[in-house]
Amino acid sequence: MQEAMIARAKELLADGTVNRVIGWKKGEFAYDITPAIFETPEEINKDFVYDDFTAANVSKYLVKESRREGKILAFMKPCDTYSFNQLIKEHRVIRENVYIIGIPSWGKLDAEKIKSMGVTGILGAQRDGNDIKISTLYGEEKLPFFDVMLEKCKSCKSKKHVIYDELIGEDGEVIDSNRFDMVEQLENMTAQERYDFWRAQLSKCIRCNACKNVCPACTCEKCVFENPASGIENKAAVDSFEENMFHIIRAFHVAGRCTDCGECSRVCPQNIPLHLLNRKFIKDINLLYGEYQAGADTTSRAPLTDYTQDDCEASIVHERGVE
Amino acid sequence: MQRIGVFVCHCGTNIAATVDVKAVAEALGHEPGVVISQDYQYMCSESGQNLVKNAIKEHKLSGVVICSCSPRMHENTFRKAAAAAGLNPYLVEIANIREQCSWIHKEIATATEKAIILGKAAVAKVHLNAPLTAGESPVVKRALVIGGGIAGIQTALDIAEAGFDVDIVEKEPTIGGKMAQIDKTFPTLDCAACILTPKMVEASQNEKIHIHSFSEVTDVKGFVGNFTVTIKKKARFVDETKCTGCGLCTEKCPMKKVPNEFNMGLDNRTAVYIPFAQAVPKVATIDPNYCMMLKNGKCGVCSKVCSVGAIDYKQEDRYIEEKYGAIVVATGFNPIELDKYDEFAYNQCPDVVTSLELERLMNAAGPNGGTLLRPSDKSHPHTIVFVQCVGSRCDDSKGKPYCSKICCMYTAKHAMLIREKYPDTEVYVFYIDVRTPGKNFDEFYRRAVEQYNVHYIKGMVGKVTPKSDGKIDVQASDLLAGEQLHINADMVVLAAAIEPDKTARPLATMLTTQMDTNDFFTEAHPKLRPVESATAGIFLSGACQGPKDIPETVAQGSAAAAKAIGLLCKNSITCNPCVAHSDELMCNGCSSCEKVCPYGAITYIDKEFRMPDRTTAIRRVASVNPAVCQGCGACTVACPSGAMDLNGFSNSQIMAEVDAICR
Repeated sequence: MQEAMIARAKELLADGTVNRVIGWKKGEFAYDITPAIFETPEEINKDFVYDDFTAANVSKYLVKESRREGKILAFMKPCDTYSFNQLIKEHRVIRENVYIIGIPSWGKLDAEKIKSMGVTGILGAQRDGNDIKISTLYGEEKLPFFDVMLEKCKSCKSKKHVIYDELIGEDGEVIDSNRFDMVEQLENMTAQERYDFWRAQLSKCIRCNACKNVCPACTCEKCVFENPASGIENKAAVDSFEENMFHIIRAFHVAGRCTDCGECSRVCPQNIPLHLLNRKFIKDINLLYGEYQAGADTTSRAPLTDYTQDDCEASIVHERGVE
Repeated sequence: MQRIGVFVCHCGTNIAATVDVKAVAEALGHEPGVVISQDYQYMCSESGQNLVKNAIKEHKLSGVVICSCSPRMHENTFRKAAAAAGLNPYLVEIANIREQCSWIHKEIATATEKAIILGKAAVAKVHLNAPLTAGESPVVKRALVIGGGIAGIQTALDIAEAGFDVDIVEKEPTIGGKMAQIDKTFPTLDCAACILTPKMVEASQNEKIHIHSFSEVTDVKGFVGNFTVTIKKKARFVDETKCTGCGLCTEKCPMKKVPNEFNMGLDNRTAVYIPFAQAVPKVATIDPNYCMMLKNGKCGVCSKVCSVGAIDYKQEDRYIEEKYGAIVVATGFNPIELDKYDEFAYNQCPDVVTSLELERLMNAAGPNGGTLLRPSDKSHPHTIVFVQCVGSRCDDSKGKPYCSKICCMYTAKHAMLIREKYPDTEVYVFYIDVRTPGKNFDEFYRRAVEQYNVHYIKGMVGKVTPKSDGKIDVQASDLLAGEQLHINADMVVLAAAIEPDKTARPLATMLTTQMDTNDFFTEAHPKLRPVESATAGIFLSGACQGPKDIPETVAQGSAAAAKAIGLLCKNSITCNPCVAHSDELMCNGCSSCEKVCPYGAITYIDKEFRMPDRTTAIRRVASVNPAVCQGCGACTVACPSGAMDLNGFSNSQIMAEVDAICR
């Protein structure tokens, strides 16, 4: 796959279709693959990588990149295309300035999980049927692939690219994942249990802002948390447990726009399952206003900024909130 | 530093009986920035206002809080008082301690506590008030009336009378609407055509009135005083400017089997037709669904007989764009479809008719030349049963929850006319209630019962069954006698509920006006602003706003005209300064605000900005048209970045109020 992508990227650079490429390159370690922009074939040859650790969603970078001179080639996994579509819908990216190649994703590895299984010194990984062979400084280890997959990939909602100019490999289908199972578990808790769950999770937050910075729905010109005039920062800080408010306000801000790409949880250094907050919103929106997948298209009206006579009555929303 | 004055009104005992006003004034006097806090018996009175004015001057106030009734009542009074004293009127805030406090609480202690909290919130808000100046916007001196029934005609005539140009857009080939189909009118029994057609002619001859018949409104842009409307002039395949309405084409047209909608499909017309003799404009129209020339290119008789060469088979729909200062909606009503009412056998038996069909059956210009005959065998009916409230006052999904209002009276009219003309015909009316409020209405109904011996029976008809001998079995209950009845009837007349015209809903979307759940247009205030919609510059005339009889429709048509004239008389209008505005530096251009704006006030522009890194970038940013914005604030809630804000109700002001309440 990586070779095919590199070959195609060099072709498109050579024939002038694009003047740069957004893809991924290796970081400090083999498993911290980060998005990177390449301008020459030499740079691509040297650093371009697409492997089982390549999980980052590049769509948010295109908010800035698509406004630059010339066209950029972007490789997108199915989940990334949803984010990109949503950004088109919000007029945050300029579609014409991006050449999209859809690439398949069979699920990505979670280095933290691998490490927690006692496998350290990771140098690389190779798929082997249902297993993954991890080469390490200390030799090779074999682990069941599913066990070390990222949470966001375990509950993958779609293998289908919703937008692309061309595909490498075959397109998949929208899949019926059980992504709301965990939300249901939370819903079945008593209010106190749920409160305790979130307190325990959110108390781990170190306010590094990684979730906010990676989120493709968080692209405001000026974030309300960085704008003293908005008063939001002060409001969040009124409670001594400010991380509480930060994450709740953030979840509200992306409600109806979050495509459930799962990047927030992936990048959280404290492993807080932040995506569950957003997923709860998605589940409620589906329930109250009918099935809706943000980013599935660029034209439909989003339920939270639309009004129809079929919208459920506010009283029903209220009743559901009472426990 | 702010210098705020607080003025607490007793409103006689309205507030003072439940709220300790002195304690409120005392407590609010200690709020930050408050330099004077007073109470007074009637703050809205001349002397109360003087109290406020003098305090503004004496204490050099920078903000005023009035604790009194709802701002809907007296906000303007106090704004004017402040302006008279030299303070910007938008530096006045009202704390509603009457409707939202004294009137709904009984305990003095709790009501007083709440009044203090409401006052604190208003003080916190007024700290952040900014002086606002109302802008002005010019007015196009031309009105549009949508719908050419009696409501639209009356409105147009009155607006033209005042000297303004007015266009009528009517979707049918002629104006006249439902009233043109009616035979006689209650309660005076004068002929509908005799009083309507002179008005139609008057409208067509008035040089200020321009009739676009066979036309539809397809797009509305703009705002009060400055609407741009696209009108689709549907192809009628006849040149309106040439046609003299001689009717020769309609005589010669070989396609004579087209159901005549003017006679409710009870007889036929030709493919090229003039709806009725007094049609305005008196111009033929070709029905493309039936015209053989248009369908398969064979015929062309009408073009051969037309002496002025008006027939044009190649005519296409035309779109014209016009500017208007005011728009009056007069889209009227229709009887509901009775498909779901199998129990009344409407679809099975031709002798079960609706009241509007009966109008045509009894009309001299109708299918039987004015003799009432059964549609099935053209025999004279001896027993006629009227069923009231078919689909009206229904709580099931089949019908309408409201009373259609006109049925009781027209049924009394029908019953009386039948008994007058055919004394050998027995007439039964089954009703839930007989509702006859209105001038000379109850007298009219009583005449039907007492002088004409119409049998009014309280009870509903359960089942109508056509019998093999041509008669109709009507099974009903007599609630007063407590018995089941079977009536062997010749005809059954159903008083079908009326509903707004189907074109009303898409039109409401174009006009960004509100409708109720039954698709009637919603007036700005049910009592005090009955002919205005909530959208400035859009007025309501006739049954599009609710069921109405002719006298009411005409009254409302004139009222709507008066309101439209009031607007057109102005050279420019003062805009509400409490409108939204977008902070371009924060705007993402994401279109969330545009999607929720019910007034279409938000557009986007691409604008060049200097970025923090000293480069320039073109960004898409929202721009609010202050003349269109009604200040509802929906956009400020939808905006993810907080770029959108509302003058006079800014996000920070509302936060300050909430903080003051929660403190």
